[in-house]
Order: sequence, then structure tokens, then C-alpha cells
Amino acid sequence: MSKRFLSGNEAFAEGIRLAKPDVISAYPITPQTIVVERLSEMVEDKSLGAEFIHVESEHSALSCAIGASAAGARAFTATSSQGLLYMAECLYYASGGRFPIVMMNADRSTALPWNIYGDQRDSLSQLDSGWIQVYAENAQEALDLALMSYRIAEDSRVSTPVMVNLDGFVLTHTYETVEIPEQAQADRFLPPYETENRIDFDNPKNMAFSAGPDTNYIFKYKAHEGMLAAKQVIAEAESDFAEIFGRSYSGLLERYRTEDADYILVTLGSIAGLCRETADRLRAEGIKAGVVRLRYIRPFPHAEIADALKHAKAFAVLEKDISFGSEGTVFTNVNSALQRAGLSVRGSNYIGGLGGRNISAGDIAQIFRDLQGDPPHVNFIGIGGDGNG
Amino acid sequence: MKEILWLGRGGQGAFTAAKLFGAAYITDRDGQYALSFPSFGPERRGAPVRAFTKLDTKPVLDRSQTEHADFIVVLDDTLYSPALRNLLKPEGSILVNSGSQIEGAEVYDAAAIAKELRLPTVNTVMLGIAAARSGLITAEQAVSAIRGYMPEKLHARNIEALERAGKAVQK
Repeated sequence: MSKRFLSGNEAFAEGIRLAKPDVISAYPITPQTIVVERLSEMVEDKSLGAEFIHVESEHSALSCAIGASAAGARAFTATSSQGLLYMAECLYYASGGRFPIVMMNADRSTALPWNIYGDQRDSLSQLDSGWIQVYAENAQEALDLALMSYRIAEDSRVSTPVMVNLDGFVLTHTYETVEIPEQAQADRFLPPYETENRIDFDNPKNMAFSAGPDTNYIFKYKAHEGMLAAKQVIAEAESDFAEIFGRSYSGLLERYRTEDADYILVTLGSIAGLCRETADRLRAEGIKAGVVRLRYIRPFPHAEIADALKHAKAFAVLEKDISFGSEGTVFTNVNSALQRAGLSVRGSNYIGGLGGRNISAGDIAQIFRDLQGDPPHVNFIGIGGDGNG
Repeated sequence: MKEILWLGRGGQGAFTAAKLFGAAYITDRDGQYALSFPSFGPERRGAPVRAFTKLDTKPVLDRSQTEHADFIVVLDDTLYSPALRNLLKPEGSILVNSGSQIEGAEVYDAAAIAKELRLPTVNTVMLGIAAARSGLITAEQAVSAIRGYMPEKLHARNIEALERAGKAVQK
């Protein structure tokens, strides 16, 4: 194991090298570009034995990965923002065909106004596309997820593609300490991809077919089942990962000082570290603060989130997203989890970091302070409530 | 946590210096963590850029831009302004590459050293000055960072730049 000082993009590329994909097809877009550049350098210097296919668009990038996966290959692609939206049509082909492709998405604002900076409106708009969605907090977790996501996607109980999300710039372009595992460890953790869901001349079968009203719903139910099965597979993969690499992860979400917390902030991605630090600071002032970091948004941790929030006086969801005319999508999902559990906990939604706007420690502390009162349902950091209750 | 704010112009390598400082800090040391990042956005030659290095003995969780630095390192003296003091901790210092004296800042003629060594920019000279002046990283760690994170053909002259910078601080 070696210690390096790498950006999120570079760390992710190292993780992909260790996962040994057969095919990489990608089209560059800021702030994803560097992961693709590093991978092409690795293919060039032969430290990665993959076929690197330059394509003319994101729609083709994912189409190409789907074709590779259908041939039984381990495939990788990466994109961001408008690129993800441009490949949206293919997202459904990949998940519907049960092709276990891994994609890195550098979370970035969506146009208009045009903006290259980080927020989560790109990936969260695609929650219904049938992809597992996971959000990394730091570069080490990004590298580890590159490896883990293939293990989860390719498990025959799951057979579902995985989108690993890294906050644009704040994570993709920030350099930090990263432990790079040995190839032998990676090989022990991630076996070669083997599947029956591939083109096989000795055993020809129909793939990627149509299904009419009589059977279509069965395929959709099976896709739902595969996604739900991922919960167990994620737990197994993390347990093996801890044993082989000595680093552990906490499943679909991560709880921080929630056991006795009165006020809990639920968030996702790279802002979580500053939220935990702020919670510590507020506890020193006598405010019982806690933090939940959602790691996986699909499958969604309904039971786990309800368990984390059940004793809280109030909670807030901080997300870099807004579904216009409603609220942030993560907030909607969290409320659904509470409803399922029969819990009534007062909650508010804080929309921040849109278009890359900085979220300060002061902004986060203010959310906890607001929760001691009765804040509006939907609040834009820097603006205030949306006037809708 | 110790924080360094780097100011330069696009093409001067301020972010490279910020990155090398962070890489040096974690080299050969367990339990030391660093975070380095540029002011994000499109890169334009000549435009003012900022870069940040954060150092701590526990993982650095705060990824936001530095509000109060221990050191501000200015690669181009036209970017110096007395208002920079607002971004400094009370006991902090401002280190400027300049041929003339500046009140409220420590001045080093990094450009003269870079010129002598036929280096196109002052970033590794100022890295060496920040290293020697702050004591946060050793000369050996700074050399290791150059060896580990710069192309090989640039090693010799940039390592010499570090040594010359160290001597300039001792004067």
C-alpha cells in the first residue's frame, strides 16, 4: 500500500486501474476531464490493459459501454452535468439491460444559467433511471468506491449499473492523502467479471428485446428487486473490503453523534465533513447536534434513516438540489422514510451550494440554530424561506 | 490546523506550489494530513489565482476556502495589497516575491534566484521560502515532493531552487 497526494479525479482513476476494466469509453467534460485523462495515460503506458475508446458524445460513451458490457466486458465511463443529461436516454438502456457498468459522475450544475461548478442537480435528476447512486465524501472513499462499485454492480443478485458521484471541484479537484492498495489486494476483493448476460455464439439468446404489456411489468419488478438486493450485497462487500484493505464503511448511510442528538442535519457528499465539525462545535455550546451522511440514495435507506431520526426533536436536509415548485429531492425521500416508519419529526429543507456557491461553517451552524425554532419548510441559504410555509 | 494562502497569476504555478507543500507535509510522516486546492474555475494565463494548503494532525474535513491563514505567499508583488492582512491570523505572516521593500510584509527576491537558475517561474523558490520560514515541512520533505510530483527533467533545478530559498531565509 502506498500513500499519495491525489485529487478526487486522480484517486478515482487509480481505483479504476485496480478494478481492471476491459473497455473505457468516455467524452471529456469539466470537471470530469482529469479522470479520463489519467485513465488514457494509464492505457498508453500499459499499466492498464483496457481498450480506450474515444467517442464523439456522452450518448455514444454510454452506448459504447453498453455494447462492451453486452459482450461480457467490464466497462467504465465518466461524465458530468449536461453530459449526464445527454446520455440520459442510455441510462435506462443500461439499467434495463442489467448491464453492470460503473460510471463516475462529477456532480456539476445544470444549465441555464450555464455554470461549470459543483452542485447535485445533475445526478439527483436521474434517480429514477434505475442506477445505483452513491456519493463520496473524500478522495479515499472515491478510490474505494471505484473498486466496490464493480463488486456490487456485477453481483448476480444485483446486476445493476452504479453511478459514483463526486462533488465537482470541491472533491474532483482537491488534493488529499490517499492510500493506494496493492493490485493483489484488489484482485482478492474483485474477481474477474463473469456473466451469462452476454452475447455468446455457442449459446445464442435474445438480449435487449422488447416486452409488451403482458410481460413488461415483470422486468421492471425484477429491476426493483435487484436494486433492493444491493443493500445486502453492499453490506457483504464492505465487510470483505474491511478485512482485505483495513478500511471500513458504514453501509447506506453514516451516522455521527445521532444517538442522543436533538437536532440532526442530513446531507450527502463532500460537505459532510464540515457538518460534523460544526456539530462538534455546537455541542461544546450545549446544542445536541448530530449528522447523517447519506452515502447511497438508490437504493434508499428508508429504515436506516428513520432509525437515525426517530428520537430527534427536528431535522434538516442540506442538499445542492431543488425540484422547482416542490422541494429538494433528497428531502422528499427522507420524509417518505419517516412516513413509512410512522414517525412524525419536524423537518426543514436547506438548499445550498447551487452553481458551486460556498457553504460556510457559519451557514451550517445557522441551520442547527434555526432548528431550535420553527424554520420554513424550504430555505435557500443566502436568500431565506420560499414563502410556501 | 495550519493554513497557507497562495496568490499568483495564471501560469506562475501557485497551485503547483500549494500542492507540493501539501504533498511534502504527508511525506514520511504518519498522522499528518493535508488538503490542497485551487480557486476553482476556468484557467487563464495572467489572471489572478488563489490556491490553498491546509495541514493538520487529523484528516482535514473543512474543504471551504481559507478565511484566516497562517501564511500568505504572494508570487507576484502586483497582487499584494495591505487588505490581505484581513485574511491573516493575528500572528500570521505575508511572504512576497519582490525586489523592493513592502511595509507589513516580508520580502524575498525570488525572481532573482529563479532567473539565475533559468527557471521560468518563482513557484518552487517561494515554496522553499515558505518551507524554511514556516518550519511546517523539512527541506528533505520538500525535495521528496518535487521528486514525487514533478516530471523528472525538472527535478535538479527546482531542488536547487529550494536550497537557494532556504539560504535566503537564513540571511
